[in-house]
Amino acid sequence: MINIYEVLETNDMIEKENLDVRTITLGISLLNCIDSDLDKLNEKIYNRITSVAKELVPTGKAIEKEFGIPVVNKRISVTPAALIGASACKTAEDFVTIAKTLDKAAKATRVNFIGGYSALVSKGMTESDELLIRSIPKALASTDFVCSSVNLGSTKTGLNMDAVKLMGDIVLDTAKETADRDSIGCAKLVVFCNAPDDNPFMAGAFHGVTEADEIINVGVSGPGVMRKALESVRGADFGTLCEKVKKTAFKITRVGQLVAREASKRMGVPFGIIDLSLAPTPAVGDSIADIFEEMGLQRAGAPGTTAALALLNDQVKKGGIMASSYVGGLSGAFIPVSEDQGMINAVEDGALTLEKLEAMTCVCSVGLDMIAIPGDTKPSTISGIIADEMAIGMINQKTTAARLIPVIGKGVGENVEFGGLLGHAPVMPVNQFDCSGFINRGGRIPAPVHSFKN
Amino acid sequence: MPYSGRMEDIMKKTVVTVVGKDSVGIIAKVCTYLANNSVNILDISQTIVDGFFNMMMIVDVAECSKDFETFSHELEQIGEEMGCIIKAQREDIFDSMHRI
Repeated sequence: MINIYEVLETNDMIEKENLDVRTITLGISLLNCIDSDLDKLNEKIYNRITSVAKELVPTGKAIEKEFGIPVVNKRISVTPAALIGASACKTAEDFVTIAKTLDKAAKATRVNFIGGYSALVSKGMTESDELLIRSIPKALASTDFVCSSVNLGSTKTGLNMDAVKLMGDIVLDTAKETADRDSIGCAKLVVFCNAPDDNPFMAGAFHGVTEADEIINVGVSGPGVMRKALESVRGADFGTLCEKVKKTAFKITRVGQLVAREASKRMGVPFGIIDLSLAPTPAVGDSIADIFEEMGLQRAGAPGTTAALALLNDQVKKGGIMASSYVGGLSGAFIPVSEDQGMINAVEDGALTLEKLEAMTCVCSVGLDMIAIPGDTKPSTISGIIADEMAIGMINQKTTAARLIPVIGKGVGENVEFGGLLGHAPVMPVNQFDCSGFINRGGRIPAPVHSFKN
Repeated sequence: MPYSGRMEDIMKKTVVTVVGKDSVGIIAKVCTYLANNSVNILDISQTIVDGFFNMMMIVDVAECSKDFETFSHELEQIGEEMGCIIKAQREDIFDSMHRI
């Protein structure tokens, strides 16, 4: 039988170290909603989402209450809208109506976000993919809870540089459309290389076409728990440190597995995967940067940071994989800047630069995340940063992403406030040398040689 | 069938924790509440951590007439009245984390 010390340990993690389940994400396929009539399509999408997801928020809340663990977000991901709207949408404005329908459905089901306003264009863009991408600035400006993502490349296909170039403009236009709100639209837009079909985290969640009709995916959290656990091995060697990370990741993930199983059982929806990610929040102590400091780095970004992140990421996976029957999504440590108080401090102290963050993305999940850059950054420069990040994913056979926020009207050193889980961020400097000659070439970067393993 | 939240559907045991500065009368009050609601106590243990009194009870809620939400809410209220924190959580969360 469970003993009092184990009970106290678990409750301390929840109450003092911000242990929570970051998200229960309900994936819903919209393939059966496809219609050539736009009004009918929107009606079907709304009805499908609101009927399937009706119990999501009440179920999440009941689980929170019974187990005593916060389930911070309840979210929905849907089939990439570029596929669903391909037959009905003739213009970018037509696609915006789908975004508004998704937003309405999110509000009706009281979820925190709905993801899947997406296009998968890793090799080429269909007409509908391009219309959807061009509609993103308007779609994100006219909705509150819709998240958008575009997959620009993969290890198997190489990089679609036409789409990379286009996204430079789209990111900037999205910023301009929401300029009155510190360009917050860009916080809901992410580009990927090797996007997973079952990611429960926003802004990049979508319900891949390889998935079943409905599925429950769960994202765990727990940087605060990890930092606290590492206090007990301060100064110990790497073997001891790694063991501690692994054991702690195991405990955190087991809670996620339990919540996923319960949600799945109660809603009658199959369990998909657990995403083993250490996801920070702006709350003090719930920070990946604080883990680095506990490991012995003065600030995130100091020499050794990439090694520390590599170790952390790998041990989290090793511990988490045994704790869950199915692992997927992004799985690793997230290093968003605005959502992590320790990262923000590191940037403000001059310890962490965009280039160091790029190096760190080689060994962690996701990539350049929630990074505020000057609003006058050129579209080609944004495309260049995206291309670099996508190339890291393509060559290393991993998921990488970029969520950059050119803050209109703000320059280096100024602060941007997004609020809530999105946090706040200092605007970071960007390399001013031009890359337009490279970006304007167009076409594709071919798949790397190590994709020919078949 | 949608999940009802009724006690008979919650087959597993529940852990009640009491954390506070002073224990006079707390145990009696909690036990009385549990007895009045046909909740059987399977195990009790207690310890002092950082000067705080910590008590844990493992209880069987199968016969309890109230739903889980009401049960845990009423325990919380008793805690507030006594100046301590009382939580009821299903045992699964602790089992999951600490047992393979």
